[in-house]
Amino acid sequence: MPHLSTLTLSHFRSWRRAQLPFDGRIVAIHGANGAGKTNLIEAISLLSPGRGLRRGSAEEFARRPEALGWKIAAELDSGQELETSAEPGASRAVRIGGKAAPQVALASELRMLWLVPSMDRLFIEGAEGRRRFLDRAAMSFEPAHAEATLAYDKAMRERNRLLKDMVRDAHWYEALEGQMAAAGARIQAGRARTISALMAAQNAAETAFPAATLSLIHPEAGPQGSDEGLRRLFAEGRRRDMAAGRTLDGPHRADLAAIWAEKAMPAADCSTGEQKALLISLILANARALAADGPAPLLLLDEVAAHLDAARRAALYDEIHALGAQAFLTGTGPELFDELGERALRLQITEEEGESHAHRH
Amino acid sequence: MADGPEEIGRLIGLMARLPGMGPRSARRAVLHLVKKRSQVLLPLAEAMKAVGESVRPCVACGNLATSDLCPICANPKRATGTLCVVADVADLWAMERSQAFQGRYHVLGGLLSALDAIGPDELGIPKLVARVTEEELTEIILALPATIDGQTTAHYIADALPELNVTSLAQGVPIGGELDFLDDGTISAALRARARV
Ligand SMILES: Nc1ncnc2c1ncn2[C@@H]1O[C@H](COP(=O)(O)OP(=O)(O)O)[C@@H](O)[C@H]1O
Ligand SMILES: [Mg+2]
Ligand SMILES: [Zn+2]
Repeated sequence: MPHLSTLTLSHFRSWRRAQLPFDGRIVAIHGANGAGKTNLIEAISLLSPGRGLRRGSAEEFARRPEALGWKIAAELDSGQELETSAEPGASRAVRIGGKAAPQVALASELRMLWLVPSMDRLFIEGAEGRRRFLDRAAMSFEPAHAEATLAYDKAMRERNRLLKDMVRDAHWYEALEGQMAAAGARIQAGRARTISALMAAQNAAETAFPAATLSLIHPEAGPQGSDEGLRRLFAEGRRRDMAAGRTLDGPHRADLAAIWAEKAMPAADCSTGEQKALLISLILANARALAADGPAPLLLLDEVAAHLDAARRAALYDEIHALGAQAFLTGTGPELFDELGERALRLQITEEEGESHAHRH
Repeated sequence: MADGPEEIGRLIGLMARLPGMGPRSARRAVLHLVKKRSQVLLPLAEAMKAVGESVRPCVACGNLATSDLCPICANPKRATGTLCVVADVADLWAMERSQAFQGRYHVLGGLLSALDAIGPDELGIPKLVARVTEEELTEIILALPATIDGQTTAHYIADALPELNVTSLAQGVPIGGELDFLDDGTISAALRARARV
């Protein structure tokens, strides 16, 4: 299984300089609040395309007060080297095997899934978070999904500006809508395949976590999934969109609906703990589906253990171990990871004068 | 920061705004210039003055020229009825280096982007449409980047010229691989394998 064998942090948030060796086992990270645990796994999350698990900016990542550039480097067990960094005032750059590469290329090097406390309200809050969750899952199966969403967003921002400026140049709209439709059709198809893959992986597994029935829903009548259907939707919506000053309908409005299958209960109506269990179930299903036809992904599970009772926690550890995934788990106390026994490498994180340190034991 | 006399500071400030330069490399370059006053600084100043006084855009195609028409537009042999549309002069130069194209050019000077406030008029697209009849063109080859803005511009031009054979360079090129970075062989191959937009 591909895993991180070394992680090097330099001037990244609370980390001034650290070099951490791993051995492919689960990594159990404990330490007091504010020690720098989430910062550590956020650094790992930046070895995938996007803004990382806290959706931060290159500027926020720079260690204060110095505000110099920051760098994250990782060596995989294959010997491959990944590196991402930013100079002050610049956006983040990526190097793969020592050569400059586009951010999206990271998706082909390392597959990664995460669960963080801010996702606890995923089923209750707006559709945007669920859409992002689904798109990240889709990207884990098909790295090209990232390019389609970037292309769609860029073309839509261009179209929205035309709408806001009340530009009435049909050729210009058609040129943008053609690209939105092509990318949008790929996005919708990728989402549909992702939902099927997640459901199949849930149903096939023996797991302590509840299965969710997933579906893609849409606020309006719903865009036709096809390139042609979307092209028509945008062309016909132009007048209405101009009045609103933005694109009202399209794949950017889709939502993910989840139902606790056994109880036929919509996820939003489940208890907080039940919602967490559903999320863990989806992450595990995603990881299993990936492991079924390729290497298991890296898992970053922030403060997950604390929410589970001892039996569920033991079940989670067993399932992660069975997957063969290199998982990074965080929690405040070391006792949360007792059930892992020899299956985990343990790191304690401490903070002294605004600087994080890792201790292995 | 103390960068010596005021004149030097001004020069460093100007150099730092060049593509690929920052304050640090500008300081280094200026120190080098001052040290090599007669071999580098003065000839460079003269060359810049000459370019500043004589170089302007070709009135027909937007290429750089020292008279109204650039050498390509002034050469009757390049009136082949085929026009190649590029975003920038650098792309025109890349096409010329490849020696794969015999016709004339149209330099847009950018790409359509509502977010950057660049519309069809800023790009001289009406002028391009006028050239089609004035110069009895039969084919337009679009050599535009495979980015969203590049493709929006390509579709826009194809839509604006429905009667004409509008083709595009084959897009087998690496992502973000803009024309200026491609080698000559790749450009020739992309030109041979062009397809209708
Ligand atoms: N850019 C930064 N420079 C220095 N310290 C930072 C930066 N960003 C966050 N921190 C510090 O990191 C700490 C939070 O670390 P975090 O990893 O979230 O803690 P936890 O161990 O509870 O997960 C806070 O004390 C915060 O002040
Ligand atoms: Mg934390
Ligand atoms: Zn010319």
